[in-house]
Amino acid sequence: MLAKRIIPCLDIKDGSTVKGVNFLGLRNVGDPVELGQKYAAEGADELVYLDISATYEGRKTFADLVTKIAEGIDIPFTVGGGISTVEDAGKLLLAGADKVTVNSAAVRRPELIDEIANRYGSQFVVVAIDAKTIDGRWVVTTHGGRQLSDRELFSWAKEAQERGAGEILFTSMDHDGTKNGYPCETYARLFDLLSIPVVASGGAGTVDHIAQVLSEGKADAALAASIFHYGEIPIPVLKRELDKKGINVRL
Amino acid sequence: MIAVIDYKTGNLRSVKNALARLGGDYVVTGDADVIRAASHVILPGVGEAAQAMSSLRESGLVDVILALTQPVLGICIGMQLMCRSSQEGNTKCMGIFDTDVVKMEPAPGLKVPHMGWDTIEKLDSPLFADMQDGAYVYYVHSFAPELCEHTVAVTDYGTPFSAALQNRNFFGTQFHPEKSGPVGAKILRNFLSVL
Repeated sequence: MLAKRIIPCLDIKDGSTVKGVNFLGLRNVGDPVELGQKYAAEGADELVYLDISATYEGRKTFADLVTKIAEGIDIPFTVGGGISTVEDAGKLLLAGADKVTVNSAAVRRPELIDEIANRYGSQFVVVAIDAKTIDGRWVVTTHGGRQLSDRELFSWAKEAQERGAGEILFTSMDHDGTKNGYPCETYARLFDLLSIPVVASGGAGTVDHIAQVLSEGKADAALAASIFHYGEIPIPVLKRELDKKGINVRL
Repeated sequence: MIAVIDYKTGNLRSVKNALARLGGDYVVTGDADVIRAASHVILPGVGEAAQAMSSLRESGLVDVILALTQPVLGICIGMQLMCRSSQEGNTKCMGIFDTDVVKMEPAPGLKVPHMGWDTIEKLDSPLFADMQDGAYVYYVHSFAPELCEHTVAVTDYGTPFSAALQNRNFFGTQFHPEKSGPVGAKILRNFLSVL
């Protein structure tokens, strides 16, 4: 039976791992390859590495890092941050990434999704969507939540799927960093709308939050950062608890 | 020496990295003599079956592979090319395994591609020495080989399919051992222990 996936997310700035609260106030939590190996050994099902410096600075350091990650990690990993052309994606594929996420650049130019999917396959393209509620409507944001777009979450997710996305990674900017849980009803609506996997991201503070988004929220996977980085919820503990609650995980 | 067959279908890095982590002595090659002389041969594959099969034919390696007597492991598309045919691009394949590769059909709650960690059951091959039914392996695929007499592991995703196949010295896995953590490393080590 296909397992629900637990995915630690490692934010990378200038070659090292960071995690901020609501993307502000960064704090160094370790070497990206070592941290990834630790998570893999603990039972992480996949890893996501996001280059949060890419929007502002060069990406060469990150591409070198991806090569090292691929050498050192024996589970699938996704990389993202600042990918704006099919060539950017191709370089990361050659460096050994299993998938790439596109975010702001796809909002700006949706054809990017088609281009990457056509060249490298749908399984290689994850469309990350950051959105926040404004007057009860989920508005898609870009640039780490700093800019509002004219798109709405559900129609954008559907369009991304039609253009060839293999997976949707949705982060609620209202919940990210708060540790108050996920907007489960929104995830469930995305699941019902889409035929590709939905990954829940941003807001987990407890095991119950993750259990809820994987059951009521119907998400295929849960992604989190700080609860893992600071050892608040070790992955083996999380997976045993999910298993006890009847959620199918790889133990 | 392990030969990883390079037939220009794309990125072989994850297989190379996995062999390097195991400390395996490997070479990536499209040279028939090097492949024939290898102790073990791996046929990787990514992408689309028709294009992969046509690259393999153009490389002139089909007859070389068919005549190999040492252990040969096909992974994902590599394994599919060792079946009779694939529905993807209506492709005639090498026919080492007595089965056909068919499109997986989405069912309620079951998405296609089949992507993520799933269990393998009915393990029946030296590939799975010292392993238990129910081990988790990593999959990313939309086509899968049907069950047949060469099936040596089964995964059920709406319909049961051949997770692994073996005919004589030829082995194949639909999943990706190179991405399957310690379980995958164990399967690769088991393959390299086959003489």
